[in-house]
Amino acid sequence: MDNSLPSTKESENSIPFWHDPAKRAVVYQLATLAVVGLIGYYLFSNTVTNLHRQSIATGFHFLEKEASFEIGESLIRYSAASNYARALLVGILNTLKVAFVGIVLTILLGTFVGIARLSSNWLVSRLAAAYIEIFQDIPILLQLIFWYAVFYDSLPAPRNALEPIPGMFLCNRGLAFGVPEPHPAYRYIAIAFLLGCVGVYFLRKWARKRQDRTGLSFPVFSTGSAIILGLPLVIWLVLGAPTAMDMPRLSGFNFTGGLTVSPEFTALLLGLVLYTAAFVAEIVRSGIQAVSKGQTEAAMSLGLKPWQTLNLVILPQSLRIIVPPLTSQMLNLTKNSSLAVAIGFPDFVSVANTTINQTGQAIEGVALIMVVYLIFSLITSAFMNWYNKKIALIER
Amino acid sequence: MKSKKYWAWLFVAVMVLGAGMANAGTLDDVKAKGFVQVGVNGQLAGFGIPDEKGEWKGLDVDTGRAIAAAVFGDAKKIKYVPLTAVQRFTALQSGEVDVLCRNATMTLTRDTSLGLDFAQVNYYDGQGFLVPKKMNIKSAKELDGATVCVLPGTTTEQNVADFFRSKNMKMKPVVIENNAELNKAFFAGRCDCLTSDASQLAGARSVAPNPSDYIILPEIISKEPLAPAVRHGDNQWKDIVNYAVLAMIEAEELGITSTNVDEMLKSTNPSVQRFLGVVPGNGKALGLDEKFAYNIVKQVGNYAEVFDRNVGPKTPLALERGLNALWINGGLMYSPPFK
Repeated sequence: MDNSLPSTKESENSIPFWHDPAKRAVVYQLATLAVVGLIGYYLFSNTVTNLHRQSIATGFHFLEKEASFEIGESLIRYSAASNYARALLVGILNTLKVAFVGIVLTILLGTFVGIARLSSNWLVSRLAAAYIEIFQDIPILLQLIFWYAVFYDSLPAPRNALEPIPGMFLCNRGLAFGVPEPHPAYRYIAIAFLLGCVGVYFLRKWARKRQDRTGLSFPVFSTGSAIILGLPLVIWLVLGAPTAMDMPRLSGFNFTGGLTVSPEFTALLLGLVLYTAAFVAEIVRSGIQAVSKGQTEAAMSLGLKPWQTLNLVILPQSLRIIVPPLTSQMLNLTKNSSLAVAIGFPDFVSVANTTINQTGQAIEGVALIMVVYLIFSLITSAFMNWYNKKIALIER
Repeated sequence: MKSKKYWAWLFVAVMVLGAGMANAGTLDDVKAKGFVQVGVNGQLAGFGIPDEKGEWKGLDVDTGRAIAAAVFGDAKKIKYVPLTAVQRFTALQSGEVDVLCRNATMTLTRDTSLGLDFAQVNYYDGQGFLVPKKMNIKSAKELDGATVCVLPGTTTEQNVADFFRSKNMKMKPVVIENNAELNKAFFAGRCDCLTSDASQLAGARSVAPNPSDYIILPEIISKEPLAPAVRHGDNQWKDIVNYAVLAMIEAEELGITSTNVDEMLKSTNPSVQRFLGVVPGNGKALGLDEKFAYNIVKQVGNYAEVFDRNVGPKTPLALERGLNALWINGGLMYSPPFK
């Protein structure tokens, strides 16, 4: 065979393209792409024509129309005179509220139970195991309905509300408690709090560096909490220590004033947290167990205390194993929050359902629901991926 | 690769075929299937709910049976699909059901933008409030600040917001999709009042732990003409659904009941003769058997029988005829002549 360059080129040229695997693959991929595009176009145009023929309204113009329905709880100002776009925004914020609070509580509870599961105390580890088995194995919808029923069935009416501590009322309309009345001082207190957090962040960085350099440890935790709590307290005292409270009062049917946490929100939060924390606990347990026992023994033999072993040796290593599956549990919690429709919490799906029904534009409504949940999920996983990268083992 | 492409084309072909089939007339589809698929409530006593033996009962259920009797001469050729308020119109639009007999209020927007048509009203209703007696409330105007239990995806949700807005009062809705769950929350005291169509409130009260503890307030804040609905654009099917309901009303006016309908075949009254198909014409015009009205009355009954059996004074709902009486008795039930 002649191996000179020009002849190779010639022989390549002589191969018809359908015998060249590389070119053939390109052709196939283009064909597949074309078919997918055609199907997509067909589905879209078919839907539009059918909707038109059945004289069903299309488009997103309905978003500007007056919603004319009330929503039970809202983080922003909303009334029946607002438009559908604002109603949907209220729903999105309600979903974010329950997802955010839920994720924070789930991680705390899940870590706690996961560590308890490994406790050398027989009773503690058995209790944690029982908790995990029970809450993991009951469908979340049943748990939600159960907690909701517990709230409205066992708590008294507003007129006979329980008052566990003065100024706090517990009844079947929710938990009402006092909040400080608006005062200019609170703005400065919030700024002081944020400044404190930033300060502690840099303090921690400095302490790390110093420890690496000199081996001396610095009590970051106690100094840090003193700064974060102390700074706002000082500002509060300096600005005249306002103590006026907006207390809940019984007027007419219900409590007005103060802040009320509804049974729907509490039941949804409780159901989601207890359910998801059971899964998180198992993830934390397996993550800790995946770190070889030799690490613990080595840390102990260096004279580290048990909590230092856990905090400085075991957790940093197990986090790398824990974070990826933890991400999918966070996503689960966010998506499961759409079960709120069953117990009357006005989350995004609930508001979108009402919108779909009043406007009849199911396709647009369902598309909105899908897009919003997709964005929630992408943001959550983007954040967790970033965190995962940050804590991943830096190989040198 | 090759087989993947093949499957994709097959998929497209099936889609085209499926789209083509959906265009055929509903009557032909129904006849080919051998039964009418009716969307019903499933949880509403008096209108659409299975009894303890699992048999479907209610005013809307009987409307569906009348349609089956008109099409097949057999009221049993029917399949029920229980739907929530949120699901119902989508189920009709997508062809999952042939007709929707699910206490749906006829409104201009629904009639025009949802791709459906409403047939003859089978119950004239209005929205009211159910409150516990011990609250000592006499009028809906005293409800300022109340927490209100309401079903989602209904005209009710809007009506109640409009009512409170127009009276400058505040309200807090609790919205639960499942009717039974909503009633449970209300009876447990989660809300101060339950709002819905008055007939539904009567239905809800009839399943309360202690029905006499609750009263329906006198105010009726809306007009709720409840009517069966069909897909927009199929005029023949709409006519059939329309005249199936009207046949029950006309039968009551002509004094024909399920017990005397066989005797009435011998009647010399030309209206009765035309109605029962003794003198043919009506059936052919609708594309149905000439005996369609006879079959409806024989197997389902006239409107009075259907009303009394499901929601009348002797039932747990104990509703009066009111607006639903015949026009000759001061009500709104009026059928055009069957000729």
